[in-house]
Amino acid sequence: MEKVKELLRSFGLPRLIIAGFLLLLFIVAPFVEINVGASLSDTLARFGMNSIMVLAMVPMIHSGCGLNFGLPLGIISGLLGATLSIETGVTGPLSFILAILYSTPFALILGWGYGQLLNRVKGSEMMIATYVGFSSVAFMSIMWLILPYSSPTMVWGYSGSGLRTTISTDGFYSHVLKDFLQINIGTLSISFGEILFFAIFAFIIWAFLHTKTGTAMTAVGSNPIFARASGINVNKQRTLSVMMSTWLGALGILCYQQGYGFIQLYQGPMYMAMPAVSAILIGGASVNKASIANVIIGTILYQGIVTMTPSVMNNLIHTDMSEVLRIIVSNGMILYALTRKTGASR
Amino acid sequence: MRRNIKEFNIREFAINNIVPIIFIVLCIICIPLAGYSGQYLVSQIITRIMRNSFLVLSLLIPIMAGMGLNFGMTLGAMAGQIGIIFITAWNVVGIPGLLLAAIIATPIAVLLGWFCGKMLNMAKGREMITSYMISFFMNGVYQLVVLYGMGPVIPIESDQVILPRGYGVRNTIDLINVRQSIDTFWQISIGGINIPILTIIFIALLCVVIIWFRKTKLGQDMRAVGQDMEVAREAGIKVERTRILAIVISTVFAAYGMIIYLSNMGTLNTYNSHSQIGMFSIAALLVGGASVSKASIKNVFLGIILFHLMFILTPQAGMKLMGQAQIGEYFRVFVSYGVITLALVLYEIRTRREKAESAKQLAGLQKEGAKA
Amino acid sequence: MPLLEMQNVSKEYNGNPVLKDVSFKLKQGEVLGLVGENGAGKSTLMNILFGMDVIHQTGGYGGKVLIDGKEVKFASPLDALKAGIGMVHQEFSLLPGFTAAENILLNREPENKNVLSLVFGPRTNTIDRKELQKKAIDAITKLGVTLDPDMLVSEMPVGHKQFTEISREISKSSIRLLVLDEPTAVLSEKEAEMLLKAIRNLSAQGISVIFITHRLQEILDVCNKVIVMRDGRIINELDAASTSIQEMARLMVGREVSAGRAKEKAEERPLSDKIVLSIKNLWVDMPGETVKDVNLEVHQGEFLGIGGLAGQGKIGIPNGIMGLYPAGGSVKLNGQEIQLNNPRACLDASLAFVSEDRRGVGLLLDESLEWNVAFTAMQTQNRFLKQYLGGLIKWRDQEAIKEITDQYINELQIKCTSSKQRAKELSGGNQQKICLAKAFALQPKLLFVSEPTRGIDIGAKALVLQALKRYNRENGVTIVMISSELEELRQCCDRIAIVTDGAISGILPASTPSEDFGILMVGKTGKEAK
Repeated sequence: MEKVKELLRSFGLPRLIIAGFLLLLFIVAPFVEINVGASLSDTLARFGMNSIMVLAMVPMIHSGCGLNFGLPLGIISGLLGATLSIETGVTGPLSFILAILYSTPFALILGWGYGQLLNRVKGSEMMIATYVGFSSVAFMSIMWLILPYSSPTMVWGYSGSGLRTTISTDGFYSHVLKDFLQINIGTLSISFGEILFFAIFAFIIWAFLHTKTGTAMTAVGSNPIFARASGINVNKQRTLSVMMSTWLGALGILCYQQGYGFIQLYQGPMYMAMPAVSAILIGGASVNKASIANVIIGTILYQGIVTMTPSVMNNLIHTDMSEVLRIIVSNGMILYALTRKTGASR
Repeated sequence: MRRNIKEFNIREFAINNIVPIIFIVLCIICIPLAGYSGQYLVSQIITRIMRNSFLVLSLLIPIMAGMGLNFGMTLGAMAGQIGIIFITAWNVVGIPGLLLAAIIATPIAVLLGWFCGKMLNMAKGREMITSYMISFFMNGVYQLVVLYGMGPVIPIESDQVILPRGYGVRNTIDLINVRQSIDTFWQISIGGINIPILTIIFIALLCVVIIWFRKTKLGQDMRAVGQDMEVAREAGIKVERTRILAIVISTVFAAYGMIIYLSNMGTLNTYNSHSQIGMFSIAALLVGGASVSKASIKNVFLGIILFHLMFILTPQAGMKLMGQAQIGEYFRVFVSYGVITLALVLYEIRTRREKAESAKQLAGLQKEGAKA
Repeated sequence: MPLLEMQNVSKEYNGNPVLKDVSFKLKQGEVLGLVGENGAGKSTLMNILFGMDVIHQTGGYGGKVLIDGKEVKFASPLDALKAGIGMVHQEFSLLPGFTAAENILLNREPENKNVLSLVFGPRTNTIDRKELQKKAIDAITKLGVTLDPDMLVSEMPVGHKQFTEISREISKSSIRLLVLDEPTAVLSEKEAEMLLKAIRNLSAQGISVIFITHRLQEILDVCNKVIVMRDGRIINELDAASTSIQEMARLMVGREVSAGRAKEKAEERPLSDKIVLSIKNLWVDMPGETVKDVNLEVHQGEFLGIGGLAGQGKIGIPNGIMGLYPAGGSVKLNGQEIQLNNPRACLDASLAFVSEDRRGVGLLLDESLEWNVAFTAMQTQNRFLKQYLGGLIKWRDQEAIKEITDQYINELQIKCTSSKQRAKELSGGNQQKICLAKAFALQPKLLFVSEPTRGIDIGAKALVLQALKRYNRENGVTIVMISSELEELRQCCDRIAIVTDGAISGILPASTPSEDFGILMVGKTGKEAK
């Protein structure tokens, strides 16, 4: 009995409620004439699109930099990579690889600078990260207008300059991962390409955390004074983690775009950090501890709710309250994590 | 020697006031670019001061209590909007309508403020990000109430307010009933610029209240709590309660501020007004030279003038400079976020440097001691 | 009738007696000096007097406390305040952004009613600034020091902060007894003199003072009588006019060497000629434990103890050398200069350190024992790693880590469920052993151990000391142990250095009688004693 209680406590009440709610939705679904198979495929597709952005939370949480509210910075690197790749005119899967290659230097440089900044504001990383994200999105909004892009697929038709708000990835890398190794069983369709792509990076992060440097990073997050006394350069580890998170953010948005089919510029990336942050928290992570399992569970639960509530709600009470519920659930989860006494043992 | 000190002071002054200085320079550059007439600018600025100062003033008290920038002021704005929605639906007009809105908004603001304060007490040391997330969370709850609750659960029957589908509030509500009713109640015109005396009286009254509040026991307690919670607790001050009170007062003022703001604007953006107003108010305060731990009434007014001057100028300046008004619009969004980022970062770096300096001093003293 | 009387007061924590049969009387206007080593029971005695929660939560105390001849039992420090007893602690409890006057009357500000406060309640009363100023000046005058009531605390020199603290207690109208805990420790000589004068002033105005200090000269200067405490007992009550520093120092540390203890004493060993570590002009900026100018030589294979009273800087020495606090000077290991302010350089030079701050510095509380033991060695010496692709990938070698952890769990008899248990779940003693295991795993040439027995129970204490002693004797590793407990040092060490006022005041063989160490501890008088 004690063990069960302990297990429940470690799982956390909000997580339990969310998991129970999702389960309920799936149970109710067939009765309101919703195709469970299609819903499941939808959930999995969204998992494939969003999971890498959630994974981007892990390095920074491990090094004690907190939740990466500055994810938009990584997304911007991804957007730069994406637009540059399209600008070259290369089509097909190659454009996806090109986009990754182009976005990498941006992610590393921006991540480095962002890491340096966060090292100077230890203790208030999250607030400042949020606003770094917002400012960079606003700054890039200006840039999208004035950077000399010329590819007709991206530039406004009538003025001939400035990028469009949404750019279709059709013909470039739309669905490159999604259609790769896609398996259809009845109404259920699973894209193994996306899952494989996520699995590769999840494995890399998992493996990294098992190396000497990864161990040092975790120790920095667990107790920075201990790490310093053990001869670790705390700031270097933190910067490294921020660079990793930023790069994963760039990859994450590329992966999202190939599944979604569009590149969203301007204010698009503004609030993209929130779903990723709350997903990893729903998965059981806290402000200073996170694992790959948290990423997987969290993304499935979060995306499950996002896909299931609108359809079930709509068919059940003919009102679509899903957007509002999503706001309450995801922000409520972040709030819960912030108000819990984390790191009290230190 | 004396010159040295003076130079040192100028440098120090520049470093401490970098944000307002940047803004002044920015505005000076933009004014000729935009090419607006002086009269237009002055009348615009006066309107903006009337519209925003109550809201920005509401941020002062939590800063005094050491809780940083109250991103949760959005909660007060929500309460104010709910009050406005009701009086519009009930068709109460003019100043009595606004009074009724304030009466409706007060208990809601108190409740929301109390909730926010409770949460912030659970997240000491990260009040700002938490109050920020509370405003997001509560935005969800607000939408639930306004978009789904109003109509079926909360009885409101008014075609003006409710969506044609029978429940939920419209995206924009025309506030014809209360539009500028405070401003036009008593207004004088100087050189073609209208000056709303009653609004000025309200704002002046709030300033006096804030100055008076600093001198009360509660104000003193808040300053004590803001400096060191543990010392305050040892002296017998009820720390948690004081902090909650700070947030409650701020939320209630924000609710009143929102009512004044909306009456001046004349339209309510049901689902946007409150979240925008939070960011703009905080940015304005920071532009006025306030920091996370220190803010005065002077900062409020200087901030509103500079921030909104920039706001008026940039689209036009962007148009003239780049041929695109869009650039100016993005630029002002960038500046609003950028200024908050800059102010937060500078504050952190400054406190850190102060700490390092005290350590250095100590080391210096010891070296002297060791030599002696 | 005495103002305060204690009759046979005793106290135990979890069966360990910390106060035994303490009785004394204090008359009105009398100044009582209270001296004793750290852990002699002074703070417990004061906690009882103030009715602190610590005392109630651990089962109360025995004996009686009488004020004006009536027995009192304070439920909280607030009750004690009501009865007119005030205390000034070692740490300042002041608000930096408030003026002296505001701090003196914090939460007791004189108020004026106004119209709005009738509506909103008494918390919206305005503060009467004039009255506040007047009351503050009254208190400052009563104390008889110069202190600007309008000065911000953040701009004050340390001494003025101390005066502000004391003025706050004085300003409470009912104050009759003031307890000062080490008030002069942070003061300059001049400020200390002013404070002593202030104490005399208070005494002349009929306020009794209990004065706790390590500076024995001050006791002679200002007190009427002195109580010397040791091991929870009052050893002697002396008349300040007729005693001497030497006498007090001897009473403070002097212990009757019982037969049992003698056996535990370290055997005498010849000292190697080779010098492993030489420290020159070391200063360390560690708050509360500042080191000013330490010169010390450590010989090959020896077990050196560093003792001294709290706050004198002994703990700062290893923390400074190991790069945890800003430091300067010269430290050489086997003739090689060690880079200061760089923990990695020290670890690379085969130094290791067991910190006194187990939970803050010593452990990864949220991680497994395996990580705690192996981490430092892994990071600095590339051990417990499997290397792939020609060393490009350094993979954590889980088995090797488990093996070494299990080995130390056995060796040091660490009580845990498994090597995977999280460090925060262990008891203090076992956590300390994990810290030792971490240091041993580094295979250091020289090991610093700081306060290894602080906060752990007697059984674990013996085991920890045993382990250190064995490590020194069997592996030939030089150990420098810092401890507040002289007896502990005498059990393990070959030589003991005493730190006073940030410098070494003397080094003596461990077999020297403890009185001599006591005299070294109380500082300046050490020379006179010789």
